Amino acid sequence: MPRDNISKQDEGGGVTTSEILSVAETGGGSAVPLLEVDNLQVEFKTRDGVAKAVNGVSYSVSAGETLAVLGESGSGKSVTAQAIMGILDSPPGRVSGGEVRFHGKDILKMSDEERRKLRGNKMAMIFQDALSSLNPVYSVGDQLGEMFRVHRGASKKDAKLKAIELMDRVKIPAAKARVGDYPHQFSGGMRQRIMIAMALALEPDLIIADEPTTALDVTVQAQVMDLLAELQREMNMGLILITHDLGVVADVADKIAVMYAGRIVETAPVHEIYKRPSHPYTRGLLDSIPRLDQKGQELYAIKGLPPNLLRIPAGCAFSPRCPKAQDICRTEIPVLHPVTEQDGTELPGRGSACHFWKEQIHG
Amino acid sequence: MAELTKNATEREPILQVRNLVKHFPLTQGILFKKQVGAVKAVDGVSFDLYQGETLGIVGESGCGKSTVAKLLMNLERATAGEVFYKGQDISKLSGRALKAVRRNIQMVFQDPYTSLNPRMTVGDIIGEPYEIHPEVAPKGSRRQKVQELLDVVGLNPEYINRYPHQFSGGQRQRIGIARGLALQPEIIICDEPVSALDVSVQAQVINLMEKLQDEFNLSYLFIAHDLSIVRHISDRVGVMYLGKMAEIGTDAEIYEHPTHPYTQALLSAVPVPDPDAREGRERIILTGDVPSPANPPSGCRFRTRCWKAEEKCSVEEPLLAIPERFKGLQTLAAHESACHFAEEKAILAV
Repeated sequence: MPRDNISKQDEGGGVTTSEILSVAETGGGSAVPLLEVDNLQVEFKTRDGVAKAVNGVSYSVSAGETLAVLGESGSGKSVTAQAIMGILDSPPGRVSGGEVRFHGKDILKMSDEERRKLRGNKMAMIFQDALSSLNPVYSVGDQLGEMFRVHRGASKKDAKLKAIELMDRVKIPAAKARVGDYPHQFSGGMRQRIMIAMALALEPDLIIADEPTTALDVTVQAQVMDLLAELQREMNMGLILITHDLGVVADVADKIAVMYAGRIVETAPVHEIYKRPSHPYTRGLLDSIPRLDQKGQELYAIKGLPPNLLRIPAGCAFSPRCPKAQDICRTEIPVLHPVTEQDGTELPGRGSACHFWKEQIHG
Repeated sequence: MAELTKNATEREPILQVRNLVKHFPLTQGILFKKQVGAVKAVDGVSFDLYQGETLGIVGESGCGKSTVAKLLMNLERATAGEVFYKGQDISKLSGRALKAVRRNIQMVFQDPYTSLNPRMTVGDIIGEPYEIHPEVAPKGSRRQKVQELLDVVGLNPEYINRYPHQFSGGQRQRIGIARGLALQPEIIICDEPVSALDVSVQAQVINLMEKLQDEFNLSYLFIAHDLSIVRHISDRVGVMYLGKMAEIGTDAEIYEHPTHPYTQALLSAVPVPDPDAREGRERIILTGDVPSPANPPSGCRFRTRCWKAEEKCSVEEPLLAIPERFKGLQTLAAHESACHFAEEKAILAV
């Protein structure tokens, strides 16, 4: 079956991914989710052929909600975010299909100018490496103030005052004295706070944080994560948290989408995924975390390597590494099924793209 | 110093580190450089490493853990202090004597992408140590040796003519490990060997390292910031903060009965995936950042971020020793900890 037919399969199955996910919305959200990604496809032209980085990803985020997107490098989690923000490197990258609806409107159809107005204003992004995301030759006050000068037409003086206010808000001590300092004069944690301040400057509705704490030490990591969660609650923003660390998401996320080779393989409310994963890949990730009672034993390891995106295996992309793979897994791409209890009771928000999800979750 | 050897077994340590110090000078002026200060990267660190054991070193960036690794390899000259390898001080060796010692201490680096020369084949990379130490393998047998090593680390021996870019991150780290094993060393210093790898691949490399340790009776100095991995692989763990050892003990002593506030904060900050384990768990969130090692706080270096700090902490530097209150007691809290107010605190650890 050709890979591009995935949307048709969805229709055949009766339930689409975004429907599964929208059930999971928490109370705070309105009827229309803030952001809906629907069957998004992104590919990169390379010398060796077309790399399909995102193969039909669908998810949704409501105001005040945190979605964690979990995946290894090359799983397409960051590329999806870049496509949403409209900062995909293109060429070689190209959105080859799907829709991204923000407040109900498809932003992929907007002009560059319209999208530019959305960025920073309505949606903002926090990157992993704060040092290389900040401009080393401008003071942080200039860079924070720029948001107000460009988007709001504020004067230099007002912009500076706003910058100080923002630095206070992200708890940078002595903001007034430090507003003229340059990025290199701040520590890693402080720089990440400035990135957060910059993203929050114009009070956007949606924030995408791409590995916001990966480059930080554990003690600082906890500070920054707490700050981000607190500000999100205060401003009732939607937050997409992209990470590879199962531990980081557990404290802050409402729901999780696990990605593998450009597809979502499992979705679930955060607490359930750890107790009862419904996809062998998620199971494998959880099992490979060293645990206390396993001291001295061999760690569980998922065999093999993540696939090359130029040559994604036929059928289920995880099948060559999966301990439970059968013939059907090597020929047919599994769609994201809604996951139910053994007696058929629906588990809201849960989905699994495994042919054998029943066996996986019910043992 | 007697303290250090006492709590370990009767075995003779293979590596003894005593009061190791490394200061990097800060200079001013272009023509006439004058020293205006020093970054005290490592400031009096002591520990032992025994045959066949793994000593984990944890700490935040800038605490000096990687500098310790470089000092042990003699890649940096120590400002003061000694490193004894089987009783011989190697920190001041040079020339032929240093070369001979280095055969027994090898290193595996963090970044498998930059630590392998992209213009050399895998065979040349793994075989290069034999150029420097030809006595280990005569020229004719080198190729075969390299293929054996590839097999040992779980790579296809036929890959010998490939280049690093043809391998994934995990496979490259296996190549780095094979290079470290080439000279049949007794000690391998691993500086963040898995932190650049994907989660699903990390476990593979950790398993490989444990297997190799059993097979060749290797001693590992395992430097990492991931506390759960360090716990899994280590027999003993040392916690470093700002150039000093804050606490050292067996893995159970450190993880289940930490007595130093910094260790407690570090453990409590680790994100735990299991929601059940997280419930009821107290998190200690430290304020502020690590102070600059060029200008460390007086007395106890942790006092600026410590919730227990009192007057005494700023005046008197706490020494790394078994705290008075736990001395002679049959408790896991009785291990070396550099805190005036060392006490147990229940931390649901990783």
